[in-house]
Amino acid sequence: MSTKNTYTVSIYTENNVGLLNRISAIFQRRHMNIESINSSKSEIKNVSRITILVKITEDQMKKIIGQIEKQVEVIKAFYHSEEETIYQESCLFKLNSDLLIENDEIQMIINQSKSRVININKDFFVLEKSGSKEEVEELYQILKKHGIMQFVRSGRIAITKEEMKISKMLD
Amino acid sequence: METREKKSKKEEIKTNVTVSGAEAVVKCLLAEGVDILYGYPGGAIMPVYDELYKYKDKLNHVLTRHEQGATHSAQGYARATGKVGVAMATSGPGATNLITGIADAQIDSTPMVCITGQVASHLLGSDAFQETDIVGISTPVTKWNYQITKASEIPEIFAKAFYIARSGRPGPVLIDITKDAQFEQFEFSYEKCTSVRSYKAIPELNIEAVKEAANLINEAKKPFVIWGQGIVLGEAEEEFKEFIEKAGIPSASTLLGLSALPTKHPLHVGMVGMHGNYGPNKLTNECDVLIAVGMRFDDRVTGDLSRYAKQAKVVHFEIDPAEIDKNVKANVAVLGNAKETLKTILPFVKENMHKEWLQEFRDYDATEFDKVIKKDLYPTKEGLTMGEVIKEINKASQGDAIVVTDVGQHQMVACRYAEFNQTKSNITSGGLGTMGFALPAAIGAKMGAPEREVVAVIGDGGYQMTIQELGTILQTKAAVKIVVLNNEFLGMVRQWQQLFFDKRYASTEMTNPDFVAIAKGYHLKANRVTKREELENVVQEMMQSEEAYFLEVCVEKEDNVFPMIATGSSVSEVRLS
Repeated sequence: MSTKNTYTVSIYTENNVGLLNRISAIFQRRHMNIESINSSKSEIKNVSRITILVKITEDQMKKIIGQIEKQVEVIKAFYHSEEETIYQESCLFKLNSDLLIENDEIQMIINQSKSRVININKDFFVLEKSGSKEEVEELYQILKKHGIMQFVRSGRIAITKEEMKISKMLD
Repeated sequence: METREKKSKKEEIKTNVTVSGAEAVVKCLLAEGVDILYGYPGGAIMPVYDELYKYKDKLNHVLTRHEQGATHSAQGYARATGKVGVAMATSGPGATNLITGIADAQIDSTPMVCITGQVASHLLGSDAFQETDIVGISTPVTKWNYQITKASEIPEIFAKAFYIARSGRPGPVLIDITKDAQFEQFEFSYEKCTSVRSYKAIPELNIEAVKEAANLINEAKKPFVIWGQGIVLGEAEEEFKEFIEKAGIPSASTLLGLSALPTKHPLHVGMVGMHGNYGPNKLTNECDVLIAVGMRFDDRVTGDLSRYAKQAKVVHFEIDPAEIDKNVKANVAVLGNAKETLKTILPFVKENMHKEWLQEFRDYDATEFDKVIKKDLYPTKEGLTMGEVIKEINKASQGDAIVVTDVGQHQMVACRYAEFNQTKSNITSGGLGTMGFALPAAIGAKMGAPEREVVAVIGDGGYQMTIQELGTILQTKAAVKIVVLNNEFLGMVRQWQQLFFDKRYASTEMTNPDFVAIAKGYHLKANRVTKREELENVVQEMMQSEEAYFLEVCVEKEDNVFPMIATGSSVSEVRLS
């Protein structure tokens, strides 16, 4: 019917055991895959913010927001398109320390990709990169040739351009 | 009784005493006005049962014969009274056995609090004896759930649980309590919960939406109301009646909405849905304004959504914002409790009559009578029909009984033909379609409304799913009347096999035991009817009985329920044969 889009779902919740399970179950029940999920504290004390990335139709998205907001411990849920948010993903690469000495290219890659070395010892070093999913993916493809010992990527975190009046709701 | 209850409630709130977590559970239940609960003991909940023993004068615990029975009894109690039903079980299998009832309560919006025992907190996650992650398991089928690991959490969590279960769109809440929390001593005080900051029980009423809805209703030439259980749950029966009477709108019920308006009300045009009445189904696709009140456009109501009321403007009165535009797009959504929204709209609604439009429903009624109802209620063939049994029950009850039904053909027939004079009289498993619901639900209904006659109408299949609850009837003397309509088939599945699977009756034929002998084994009055001429007298005898009574009626084996909207068909394709 309608086309699938990437949506960033931002959910303000009470910080309670089991709530993440309750929210992910809403997607699972509808046979929808969550692209990424992140839970952290928010700008409000004792209020968590869950950020979920999904690829679904807008109609599905609206219904899911209704189901999420229906949960007792959810304060408010929003969904936004790519254009409406400023978002980042973060990733870590574990690489062999020999590369730093033997391979000139590595230093150039680090500089060009605006990533940074956050840990280094004689066996390995850890490279951190934040950016869009595409930037992270690009760096991954470049480093793959040199051998990646470990790789991990965070879920998306996003800030909306629009104001969120959560504090008002809690008064 | 009432004054004693009130007095004791005050005491609970005032006194700060050191008690065990287990005693606190009982005190919380009393503070919430609970007078009866259904359950089954076991290791992890034993401290609470020990307190129930001490408090047995104040709180009646009914021992069911299976934990599923406890949930359905609690549901029956809740549906008959409007109060929160309470069920209790131990950890592990006790807890998992509650799940069907919890899922049923969730989909049918029944207020219920379930309490489960859990292994001691230091054993959590160790695969201890009778440990299951019941909070994890129950999450998708509860409105809210919580695991208590410290006794001091008990008062606040119980207060919250009852508030959440009964407020807004009601639903089931599960509280899991570790055994160490039940033993732990703490200083008890209780305060009722009146709000939860992240939870809005009732959405704000938007007066502009109300006016817009009134305009659509006032301008409509062929308005049609479909009401659901929201009227019963919101106790909006009077407001609803005033609304439809003033606007003169023909009104049909969903399965769960039945009895909110007396069956004989002149604007009552029957039931919608898969086996609903001919007129309301057909005319759903001819009305110009469809007014849905406290209903959720279930697929069994709408049939094919792409051909459902496309010509009509839709006004949706609803308490749950997530239901708006979920299945059917609303032109105007009036959010709020039906009692409030209907009261608010009344002055904006013009007095009206839609005589010719109402007559269209009556004309379809005549067709349905000729093609279906006559055969069902006044059969000329030899075999007994389910319909004529319901007719006899109506005659004997005068429409004053609570009719509890299970799931299947008998349910559809009973809901089609049962007469209701008063609200909260139709108790059935609608959304989940839980076979085995009726017998334990009837026990709960009878205990909740002991002054009323409670008749459980059950098929021979569903009856055997919770037949052990006859033991609960024996022990409690709950005077329920049980009517098993025995066609020796899983009738509804067989009907589908006949219509859509070329009569391949796969696993639907039942070799049944001697039901009367079984009932007699439980020391119940029991009887069997196989002939039409016996039916009236035996039904009368059953209804006049002061105690529980079991009646088996052997009905025609391969009767079908019509009208019927086949899966994937439109409501206007409702068939009469």
